[in-house]
This record gives sequence, structure tokens and C-alpha cells, in this order.
Amino acid sequence: MKTLINIFRELTGLFIDDGLFALAIGVVVVLAAIVAAIAPAVPIAAGVVLLVGCLGVLLGNVTSTGIR
Amino acid sequence: MTITWTSAAPAVLAAFLSSLVEAVEALTIVLSVATVRGWRPAGLGALAGLASLALIVLALGPLLDRVPLHALQLVIGVLLLLFGMRWLRKAILRAAGVIPLHDEALTFATETAALREQARHHGTRLDWLAGLASCKAMLLEGLEVVFVVIAVGGGSGLLVPASIGALAACALVAALGFAMHRPLARVPENTLKFTVGVMLSAFGVFWTGEGLGVPWPGEDLAILGFAALFLIAAVAAVRLVRPPAVKALP
Repeated sequence: MKTLINIFRELTGLFIDDGLFALAIGVVVVLAAIVAAIAPAVPIAAGVVLLVGCLGVLLGNVTSTGIR
Repeated sequence: MTITWTSAAPAVLAAFLSSLVEAVEALTIVLSVATVRGWRPAGLGALAGLASLALIVLALGPLLDRVPLHALQLVIGVLLLLFGMRWLRKAILRAAGVIPLHDEALTFATETAALREQARHHGTRLDWLAGLASCKAMLLEGLEVVFVVIAVGGGSGLLVPASIGALAACALVAALGFAMHRPLARVPENTLKFTVGVMLSAFGVFWTGEGLGVPWPGEDLAILGFAALFLIAAVAAVRLVRPPAVKALP
């Protein structure tokens, strides 16, 4: 059982290492989905939100971790 | 579906490089088991891990065809963003010297010491424990390889080229490892992780966007543009975060 729990923990760890970082990525995806839903006439807008958001999350997280 | 070089090359390269990293990590643990308990438990454990992996792929593989394409692209895209950006974040922090580099020689020494410590407590049961360690390493690292192959190839009909890239990497590492009988400590793992992190993050943005119905300009070529942007951001982040060098006193 302990081995199974460890394997599950390691599997989750493949995707989530820093919880806030993963949450921020999730928020960006949700924002992009909202933009895609409310502005279907400009579908590229969701893409811009997604791309800029992901780059922003990466830079923000790395710089804040570095400063800490 | 026609497979073009521009769409297949990034998938093959991403699968090859990420599988290279995973295979090196699995090999380190299998070698440490072999060093402490011999090749029998190490090899049997590794084979058991590979068999479990094959069963998982055979059981879940056919389900991929049943999932609607947009849903599959969205799920794979989000998982790729989490996976790729996690790798890229760590690679940036390691390149900047904020966290220490991953050291295969140190991992090998730690695993070997842990197995020797277990030998003192468990005696004859150790072959099982050693085999289990080998099996677990093969299964977990193998699952990462399978995930990357599905992620970079599954949404675009590139499963075969991506699988070839991954298998080539695993075969290369296995051949080198068994020839040298020691961990591949000189593989520039952080550079590989940096590169793969950039590529997987670019794939992640592309597939998540496709899943949301975004018509990317240039279609597949957009992945290269995203990779360039992630690379610029990552290099800038390394410079931004790197602690200033301490000047020597005269």
C-alpha cells in the first residue's frame, strides 16, 4: 500500500512541483477559455491570453523564487 | 494524414531528448541495484517494470481513439503545460544557480548507500526490495516517456515518429550504460531539460490553444515561434535571477 501511495505521489509530482505555479498555469488556461467563450469572433485573443499568460507566470514564478 | 517534416521534426526531437533524460535517470537506479545485489534482481525488476508499462499502454492506448479530438488536445495541452513548464522552471533555477544541479553520480551513490543500509536490516529480503526499486524506476520513468510520446504525437497523428524518437533514446542510453557499467554522469542533463522544457511548453501552448479552438497563424509552424519565445524568456530569466558574482578583494 505504501509503495502504491509513493507511486501515486511521484506520478502527481510529474505535473505538480510548486503548487502555486501549477495553480497559476491553471488560472491562465481558465482565463483563455473564458476569453474564447465570450469573444468567439476573435478566437486568436484566447491564444494571446494563453501565450502571454504562460510566459508571465514562468517569469513571475522564477524571479520570485530567485529573490526568496 | 500526411506527415510533414516541419510537424514531425519537433515531435521526434522533443520525444528523443526527454526520453534521453528519463532513460538516464532509470539507468542510474538499475545500475545501483545491480552494483549492490547483482544483475539478477536489477534485470528482473527492470523487466517487470517494462512489462507493467506495456500492459498500461496496451490497456489505455485504444481509449485514445475514442476521446473527441478537441478534448484530447485540451487535456494533453494542459498536462504538457504543467509538465513542460515545471521542467523549464527547474532548469532555469538550476542554470541560474538558485538550486543545485541534478547529479547522476550523487544519485547513484545515494541509491547504492540506501540499498546497502537496507541490506543490513532486511538480509535475504533485499533481493525483492532491490528488484522493486529497479521495477519502480523503470515504471515511473517509462510512464514519463509514454506521456511525452502521447503528448507530442497523440493530438496530431505523430505517435509513430514520436515513438521512434523515444525508442531511439532509450536504446542509446541502454547500450551506453551497459557498455560502460556506470551512470551517464557526463550527460548535460540541465541543458537537455532546459531544451525539452522549452519545446514541451511550446507544444503545451499550441495544443491547449487548439483544444480551445484558437486558429494559430502558420498552424504547426507556430510551435517553433512559441519555442523561440519561451527560449528568450527562459534565457532572460536565468540572467535576471542569477546571483551577482562576488568580486575578490584586492
